[in-house]
Amino acid sequence: MPKKRSDRVEREIDQNLKRAFDALASEPLPDRFTSLLDQLKAKETSDNASASDDQEGRND
Amino acid sequence: MTDPRDELVEHLGAMRAFAISLTRNTATADDLVQDTLVKAWTNFDKFEQGSNMRAWLFTILRNTYYSLRRKRRREVEDADGIMAESLSQKPDHDGRLNMRDFNVAFEQLNDEQREALILVGAGGFSYEEAAETCGVKVGTIKSRVNRGRARLAELMNMDEDEPIEITDVVTAGIVAQQSHA
Repeated sequence: MPKKRSDRVEREIDQNLKRAFDALASEPLPDRFTSLLDQLKAKETSDNASASDDQEGRND
Repeated sequence: MTDPRDELVEHLGAMRAFAISLTRNTATADDLVQDTLVKAWTNFDKFEQGSNMRAWLFTILRNTYYSLRRKRRREVEDADGIMAESLSQKPDHDGRLNMRDFNVAFEQLNDEQREALILVGAGGFSYEEAAETCGVKVGTIKSRVNRGRARLAELMNMDEDEPIEITDVVTAGIVAQQSHA
């Protein structure tokens, strides 16, 4: 029964979605993410410097 | 020499938005992004250079979310309507009411439909990329997207033949926004 929705409706839905998503995506980011990346980078550098160091492998 | 991992930071906003749309809770979403970042970093050798990094990250994020959810099914349930909240804060034009209704409707879809719509409708993923991200067939994604759209249209009475007056205002606003995004 549901005949093909108009392209306009489809477009409007996607635009609303996109708008909602973009609004969320452009919210200010918590600092923890960038500092985490910095930490990961720093850790790697020091690991490389002392390659024999015990690898703190997470047991996931 | 530039580190290809430097690109990670460009996807943080989108990862967080995707995480929020999955968890519907900011605190949980932020933990999820954090876990994803650590995994992406430590498994970066598995990323195929030149392929879609966002799709790769979303896949990790999604897998992390579902394994987390299996572990503690209860805790993740406190949806706090973030999607609606973040939008109603926007001091917008006439599209606002429409947007809020839209988000209320969106919250009523099931997880699979929401996810498919976020990836394809909002994130600009191809059906193939979305299928890979979700670990399902392309046809499955297509039908989730279609059913999700149909449900939204139904919930918002968008299926009627008569044009919705507000549409053009909303569309105009979106187009304007995108052009200087």
